[in-house]
Amino acid sequence: MADLSTNFLGIKSPNPFWLASAPPTDKEYNVVRAFKAGWGGVVWKTLGEEGPPIVNVNGPRYGAIWGADRRLLGLNNIELITDRPLEVNLREIKQVKRDWPDRAMIVSIMVPCEEQAWKAILPHVEETGADGIELNFGCPHGMSERGMGSAVGQVPEYIEMVTRWCKQNTRMPVIVKLTPNITDIRYPARAAKKGGADAVSLINTISSITSVNLDDFSPEPSIDGKGSHGGYCGPAVKPIALNMVAEIARDPETAGLPISGIGGVTTWRDAAEFLSLGAGTVQVCTAAMTYGFKIVEEMKSGLSQYLDEKGITLDELIGRAVPNVTDWQYLNLNYVTKARIDQDACIKCGRCYAACEDTSHQAISMSPDRVFEVIDEECVACNLCVNVCPVEDCITMERLPAGTTDLRTGKTVSDDYANWTTHPNNPAAVKAAE
Amino acid sequence: MTNSPFTPGIAPARLDPAALDANFSDLHPPLDDHEALVAADRCYFCHDAPCITACPTSIDIPLFIRQIATGTPEAAAKTIFDQNILGGMCARVCPTETLCEEACVREAAEGKPVEIGRLQRYATDTLMEAGLHPYTRAPATGKKVAVVGAGPAGLACAHRLAMHGHDVTIFEAKPKGGGLNEYGIAYYKTVGGFAGAEVDWLMKIGGITMETGKALGPDLTLESLRDGFDAVFLGMGLQGVNALRANGETREGVEDAVEFIEDLRQTGDLGLLPVGRNVVVIGGGMTAIDAAVQSKLLGAETVTILYRRGRDAMPASTYEQDLAASRGVRFVFNAMPVEILGNGAVTGVRVEYTRSEGKSLTGTGETFDIPADQVLKAIGQTLEGAPEALQLAGGKIAVTGAGRTSVAGVWAGGDCASGGEDLTVTAVAEGRDAAEDIHASLMD
Repeated sequence: MADLSTNFLGIKSPNPFWLASAPPTDKEYNVVRAFKAGWGGVVWKTLGEEGPPIVNVNGPRYGAIWGADRRLLGLNNIELITDRPLEVNLREIKQVKRDWPDRAMIVSIMVPCEEQAWKAILPHVEETGADGIELNFGCPHGMSERGMGSAVGQVPEYIEMVTRWCKQNTRMPVIVKLTPNITDIRYPARAAKKGGADAVSLINTISSITSVNLDDFSPEPSIDGKGSHGGYCGPAVKPIALNMVAEIARDPETAGLPISGIGGVTTWRDAAEFLSLGAGTVQVCTAAMTYGFKIVEEMKSGLSQYLDEKGITLDELIGRAVPNVTDWQYLNLNYVTKARIDQDACIKCGRCYAACEDTSHQAISMSPDRVFEVIDEECVACNLCVNVCPVEDCITMERLPAGTTDLRTGKTVSDDYANWTTHPNNPAAVKAAE
Repeated sequence: MTNSPFTPGIAPARLDPAALDANFSDLHPPLDDHEALVAADRCYFCHDAPCITACPTSIDIPLFIRQIATGTPEAAAKTIFDQNILGGMCARVCPTETLCEEACVREAAEGKPVEIGRLQRYATDTLMEAGLHPYTRAPATGKKVAVVGAGPAGLACAHRLAMHGHDVTIFEAKPKGGGLNEYGIAYYKTVGGFAGAEVDWLMKIGGITMETGKALGPDLTLESLRDGFDAVFLGMGLQGVNALRANGETREGVEDAVEFIEDLRQTGDLGLLPVGRNVVVIGGGMTAIDAAVQSKLLGAETVTILYRRGRDAMPASTYEQDLAASRGVRFVFNAMPVEILGNGAVTGVRVEYTRSEGKSLTGTGETFDIPADQVLKAIGQTLEGAPEALQLAGGKIAVTGAGRTSVAGVWAGGDCASGGEDLTVTAVAEGRDAAEDIHASLMD
């Protein structure tokens, strides 16, 4: 069994699976259950400043979208930060950290954008013995309208400023949690780094309306006939999160900045993907809220088996895919593939045909007895047939070997690397060195 | 209750009323909303779907399932009825395992097809239970069409003709419409008086008059129909029953399986129906299965199906065979009755093993006896009383194209016509297509 123990900013945890700051980490009871179930760490649900507790809505807080068989694919929420008194949370954090010293205990914080507010809360958190803090600059609903959460996260200068305040006022490692509700994730990440952040974590939730009730025309979740945008998370947001993690990991200005990856991590496989794109730990919420804490068992056994099979360590996995993330202009235009259909695996549903014939390149033929075959003269290798086929590995993309002829272009396939920057059709093409 | 499965001879009330009710309840209970959504989720929405091709009425199955999945079962029902106005009954009685569900790509993928039949029932039940009839008639054409037989073929033909604005008169020999749906299909496949309710629902289109107690014969000749109507459609099914050609066929306790099933379907009290302690059913089709299973469900101690060929040759599907086996029916293959034993009443059947040589079947000479108090013959039905003017083919009314007979202005469809399997769904397709052809020729 591969060793899954993790050292992130000097914070040790038995595995890289942390629970994200969210309802599952709002109180001692839940967190103790999580630790008993085997989670490596938690980011305690966001604390606010001292004073009257936060008020939540008293109707539905969550909305969802589902896939086949009502599998939950996306969840949105309009819940705010913890609505329990600060001192209760602090007392419980201290107790849990004392009882579970080997688990990572990060405390998420969101207070007004004033230095005094941060100065006031940091000593209290430090006093719990927590391993680090996470600055919630991400929450897109409710708190952002009060100048906190994503209202800060959308302004790189504020991120830098608040991060700096925190670094100046605590010895604890500072993780800055980023909102995806911006145009280019690199700017807030750079700002966090400039402010002295030890790490960034992302993504927070995406502003969203999950659905509209077609009877009363209220957005969902509906509160007395009205709805407000919520924060979207779950499996549906994973591709967005992976890209943002990768963007930060490969940005020369932030390369090497530790990342805690968040966004739709549901299985060990999702986690491994985040890790390969540079995340040092992953944070999970929706999967736990959907299936309960026990899923961490599968995550641990799966990641461990994978590392064993690959013969690599966890550290060797982290960032392994980052060098392969590039810009479109550097993609090899001499990489020529064609779709291939495994006739033995084919169940003859014809979805590849409908997709290609109706919406793509008319590159799949259909015989009267429902044999579907790729027409190499037309196939641009778009991959849509692969994507719509209900049988895994029935349709695959196979590379044409060098020397063969691409029947679509009539050109001989070359194994030389050639990209857009040198392509004759590119007016800005760089002439190859003589 | 004094009788039991062990009571000798033929006796009623072998089981108590509660057991009978349970035995004759819905074979496939309807899907509830949740089950329907789960089942509908499994459909891949195939291109030019194989299930559509496999359906004799070519229902757009992927479309109706998608309509269920998106919460519009009424629209799904309309999609079904557009092609098959008896889609409610077909959802119950179609051998889907040899039609749409056999062709389903998920049968190929996982050996577990989408439950098309049950989804179809979910959709059609939703619309029919709401009392909605989604069709209206085109402006009256002034044309009159006679339909003989109110079975699936006749009803489908009449409905389509009425929709096109023609006036239809159905002549039906029996007291009720529905044909085999009403009289000939196993009780547990169409519970709750569905067959009759479906006829009433279908008639809501308007423009259809049904005259019961009228069959082709001296009082109702084809000539008179041709004189009195602009077109005639014959869909009277098969009234004759093949003879066993075994000694002792006339003994007391030997009965046609279709009559046994008809009695069962028409009884108001299953407890009054007599059934043998030991029942032997002779034949290999759906009628044999329906008769055997229901005999067992009525409380017969032993029920044996005797089929002269091997299991592979049996017309009843594997699914139907398994259903019978699961209810305790025993199958004896490659065996034929040579004598019905007894002295007045039946006491047993003498059976001889058979050997197939190509298409011919010969006895091996080895015989054995099966005790029997009741023998049900299910060895096929034949056309009786077809008007002489009509050419026949293979013992049925010869038809070409969309049910055109050898006589101008006369169409035929369903079991009485040549071609196609003798299934409700096939009869519906033939009736519908003949109606379109009649309409085209009347409006020419």
